[in-house]
Amino acid sequence: MNDNDLIDNVGDTSEPPLQLMADHLRDIGQGLPLSSEVVHGEIEVQVNAADVAQLLMLLRDDRQAAFTQLIDLTAVDYPERKDRFDVVYQMLSMENNMRLRVVAVVAEGQTVPSVTAVFMAANWAEREVWDMFGIFFAGHPDLRRLLTDYGFEGHPLRKDFPLTGHVEVRYDDAQRRVINEPVHLVQEFRDFDFLSPWEGMHSELGGKPAASDPDKTAK
Amino acid sequence: MGVMDPSLAPPIPPGADQDAILRAVGDEITNRGFVIAKADKLFNWARSGSLWPMTFGLACCAVEMMHSAASRYDMDRYGMLFRPSPRQSDVMIVAGTLTNKMAPALRRVYDQMPEPRWVLSMGSCANGGGYYHYSYAVVRGCDRIVPVDVYVPGCPPTAEALIYGLLQLQKKIRRTATIARS
Repeated sequence: MNDNDLIDNVGDTSEPPLQLMADHLRDIGQGLPLSSEVVHGEIEVQVNAADVAQLLMLLRDDRQAAFTQLIDLTAVDYPERKDRFDVVYQMLSMENNMRLRVVAVVAEGQTVPSVTAVFMAANWAEREVWDMFGIFFAGHPDLRRLLTDYGFEGHPLRKDFPLTGHVEVRYDDAQRRVINEPVHLVQEFRDFDFLSPWEGMHSELGGKPAASDPDKTAK
Repeated sequence: MGVMDPSLAPPIPPGADQDAILRAVGDEITNRGFVIAKADKLFNWARSGSLWPMTFGLACCAVEMMHSAASRYDMDRYGMLFRPSPRQSDVMIVAGTLTNKMAPALRRVYDQMPEPRWVLSMGSCANGGGYYHYSYAVVRGCDRIVPVDVYVPGCPPTAEALIYGLLQLQKKIRRTATIARS
């Protein structure tokens, strides 16, 4: 059996290669993927947060899937949900020329196993997610802040963190060092984008209204 | 330039008047062997004519600063050559966004510069926070950290605008600097 049977068989079936790969991932996933679908023309695999490291190792080591590159590791904050964070892993298979998204739903305070042992590229990406969102990665060799200032408190990319933050910085001549002070703006942040077509976009891409927005008509 | 007192009259263009003055000065040197000038005017001329900047290129404005030092707007003709060390520089050009994490380092570099020293704030981020004024991680103007002498507006200021700002700083030095120790 060749290594690339999956791609060589593409011409034989009527299914597109992305759907073939999504089904193949469900087969090799050993029951870990909650779902493996082609969404908006891209493969998306949902998984429990506790299984993510094992699933990524399976995806990397399988000869046919061969998702050997971790492209990105980020998180998304949906504050209206009970489990507010989505940790997203973007992967690339160079042999198959395919991209893949692995999504794990995480609640605030829940820890996620680190994938640094599987992909070294995850090291700083997980540090950034910890710094910006406050999601703890268990088993990470060196989980500390990456982008924010050294004594910074708070996780800036959460939706409940204000744009201007809570402290600002100035040099104090009496103490002869730079100090943090509560922020005081002379003029508040003003947004003039009243007529933008993107403001308040409540429908799905493609113009279909979202289920939660009954007063929007389909355009 | 040089030994003429600029507060008395503007520089005299080439012509008969200039020739007369030059001849008078030449006669003084020939006859007496020296000319007289005010000490602080002389020092200010030397200080402004040989301003050595300490580059503090933080972001995109640094590229325009490089442009002003490159061949079209050559800063070296004004006697300005970039020194990498604050201990050897006269003016610090803060070029770019100053973040909260960088603020203590900026202050430390400023403190390492020997007197007399000046600061030129380049670009709207260094002037007042600029494009990132409402961000949680940006200092709203480098004048919260160091005292600034000249502000150059722009995003980024053109290289010509930076040269203009540096020439304004030269005029300020000639006008206000003294040889008395502060």
